[in-house]
Amino acid sequence: MLNEYRYCNMPFDIIADAVKAKFVDVSTSEFRDNRRLHVPPAQAYDVLKTLKEQYGFNMLFELTAADYLKYPNATDRFGVVYGLLNMTTGERIYVRTFLNEPDLTLPSTFSLWKGANWLEREVYDMYGIVFAGHPDLRRILLPEMFTSFPLRKDYPLRGRGERHNFPVITRAES
Amino acid sequence: MALMIPDVMLAPLNPLANWVRANSLWPMPFATACCGIELMATGASKHDIARFGAEVMRFSPRQCDLMIVAGRVVMKMLPVLQRIWMQMPEPKWCVSMGACASSGGVFDTYAVVQGIDRFIPVDMYVPGCPPRPEQLIQAIIDLQDKIKATGTLQGVEFGKRTEHMGPLANVEMPGDFAKSRRVSLN
Amino acid sequence: MKKFILHPSSFLLANMPLEALATLPEGPDKDYLWTLNFGPQHPATHTTLRLILTLDGETVVKAVPDIGFLHSGFEKLGEDLDFNQYVTIVDRMNYVSPIANEIAWHLTIEKLMGIELTPRCKYIRTILAELARISDHLLCAGAQALDLGAFTAFLYGFQQREVIAEIYETISGQRFHPSYTRVGGLLFDVTDDFVRQVRTFVKEFPKTHADMCRLLNRNRIFLERTQGIGVLSKELAIDLSCTGPIARSSGVVRDLRKDEPYLAYGDFQSAFKVICAQEGDSYARYQVRMEEMLESLKIIDAAIENLPAGAVNVDVESKAVFPAQTSVYRSIESMIQHFELVMPNRQWSPPVDEVYGCIESPNGELGFYVVSDGTGVAYRARTRPPSYIHFAVFPYLIVGHQLSDVVAVLGSLNIIAAELDR
Repeated sequence: MLNEYRYCNMPFDIIADAVKAKFVDVSTSEFRDNRRLHVPPAQAYDVLKTLKEQYGFNMLFELTAADYLKYPNATDRFGVVYGLLNMTTGERIYVRTFLNEPDLTLPSTFSLWKGANWLEREVYDMYGIVFAGHPDLRRILLPEMFTSFPLRKDYPLRGRGERHNFPVITRAES
Repeated sequence: MALMIPDVMLAPLNPLANWVRANSLWPMPFATACCGIELMATGASKHDIARFGAEVMRFSPRQCDLMIVAGRVVMKMLPVLQRIWMQMPEPKWCVSMGACASSGGVFDTYAVVQGIDRFIPVDMYVPGCPPRPEQLIQAIIDLQDKIKATGTLQGVEFGKRTEHMGPLANVEMPGDFAKSRRVSLN
Repeated sequence: MKKFILHPSSFLLANMPLEALATLPEGPDKDYLWTLNFGPQHPATHTTLRLILTLDGETVVKAVPDIGFLHSGFEKLGEDLDFNQYVTIVDRMNYVSPIANEIAWHLTIEKLMGIELTPRCKYIRTILAELARISDHLLCAGAQALDLGAFTAFLYGFQQREVIAEIYETISGQRFHPSYTRVGGLLFDVTDDFVRQVRTFVKEFPKTHADMCRLLNRNRIFLERTQGIGVLSKELAIDLSCTGPIARSSGVVRDLRKDEPYLAYGDFQSAFKVICAQEGDSYARYQVRMEEMLESLKIIDAAIENLPAGAVNVDVESKAVFPAQTSVYRSIESMIQHFELVMPNRQWSPPVDEVYGCIESPNGELGFYVVSDGTGVAYRARTRPPSYIHFAVFPYLIVGHQLSDVVAVLGSLNIIAAELDR
């Protein structure tokens, strides 16, 4: 029953061509079954909005980032990936955008998908990428007082001593 | 032949107090991660921790005398752990269940405390990731032996422990290096 | 005193924007509202969740989840350990069904490297994934009942979980975290004991399932505490990225096993059905889980009776798997190949690209986004954790309900803290 509408989806090429016609700086890439649109950060919100409203990608199933500091032949520092899913056709599309150090700001997609709320907070927590317009952009997984962004490549795996920065309770005190 | 029971028994009451303490442990399951599920399995039908008198799991620290720390403890959780430990009344014991609670285990990362014994006193360590329920039961048996071997009726040794009790020194949150007091790891 | 009365249904509030929810209980005339801290150490949170509830009497006006009490840096470790080592870490992510995490992780790596598994390996992994689903749903349904005061169903559930733990122990030596999958195959091939144990399980499990159903399905206390509680509408479920049993109990007909068949699920399309419900409340979530267990059992039954013969690992020539132990001891080529996979500077050489792979884990869509820089260690190993996404739904579900319903809703969402915080 599901397979009926699974195969009547709009091909990726048609969507990609339409998006490319509307936004000039968009390029595409493909690896295995992941079909991606590369967009500049300034246009990210508009591309996502177009995909949601015109092509029916009504679920944001994934939002994550990566730090390309030590990546071979990387030109940009941070990459943010939006994974969109069309619940009617079951089609997935990935939108990638790249950010560089002084201006780590992206528009929040909370107004498009409510599911973006915590996903954006996590990316902020781990990478320090700010989502402008997010209703409640606070640290989510780490303590509020934590000063670093741990998934950045210049942060060591074992931390900088935060994990042992606590008072000790001895038998006599407890 | 009738069993002769003497009318008067003269014996120290310390072993009696210890025997009572050892066989009525009320665990406080501080279950954070995978070991918590094994702790549940220990309490469930097949392994049945009730055979050793330690099935009365109470989630209120004020009713418990045995804290079972099951699972890794991370930066954000450690102040909670310390607070719960301070809220438990004497006499109290602590079992560190699993590799993560005892030493950090496989999680040698920025967030995980490398062994809770750096920050609270621990009586019994249970190896394993996670330990089998039998290992936890063995740890409780060993702890019972330890309790039976020490302790007095009046609990003077517990009194000594608690006489310095006061408010916990203010816990600075991690990351605030400008103000924080670094604790030596010895 | 002016009383602040909420509509009994959470629908109206759930469809309000979050900003409105955040500003709802503020203001000087709302001083009768009180704040309750729930967790992080609380029996109903199972592990470590914290909720800051704003209450009007016993009615929840606002719930702010506070998480991260088990954040242990999984994803940072994934950038430090190689593809086979990291499987021990993903095991500990959703610790109620560890093998589902392993399968998701290695399927993503195999997708990255373009490895096609052998039929036997696919079947074994399918059986294990479905066993994991049963053990996860058993714990979830049992714990949900436990939170509402029904201890016996929990004991029944754990009895069969022990059987599944013994199956894990037979195949891998570890009863809890098997760490059983490897790139391109499995740690060991299964033995006849495994087949025998799975057959016994298939035969005996329906009895336990019927027992649990008899205890709970018509239990008036259970029904009254779950029916109509925590209603999630279909639109909201899609908007909030819900997947798995939680979305299916709200009427979203989507199951990756049917929609994007992976492993051997393509062979069992007629053997199982996708279980869905319309109501979207706690009871629907419970029922979807209970019925899914029976469907999983059908898949296990079909797979174990049709288990293909042959090798369990892909061809050694692919340089992705370890050669057999005997050949490592006897031939220099195999030994070199073994060393190459172990030495940190050789290992695998996947394409320099990034890929997202996912499976239908017991909790929902469990995905991994792997960025590869051409070495045997992932450059970025992102997890798409279903628990994290489902816990974000919680504030929408609980508003307008009673304080005691917090437990009923939390139990039905099946939040696993290690997967939530990673």
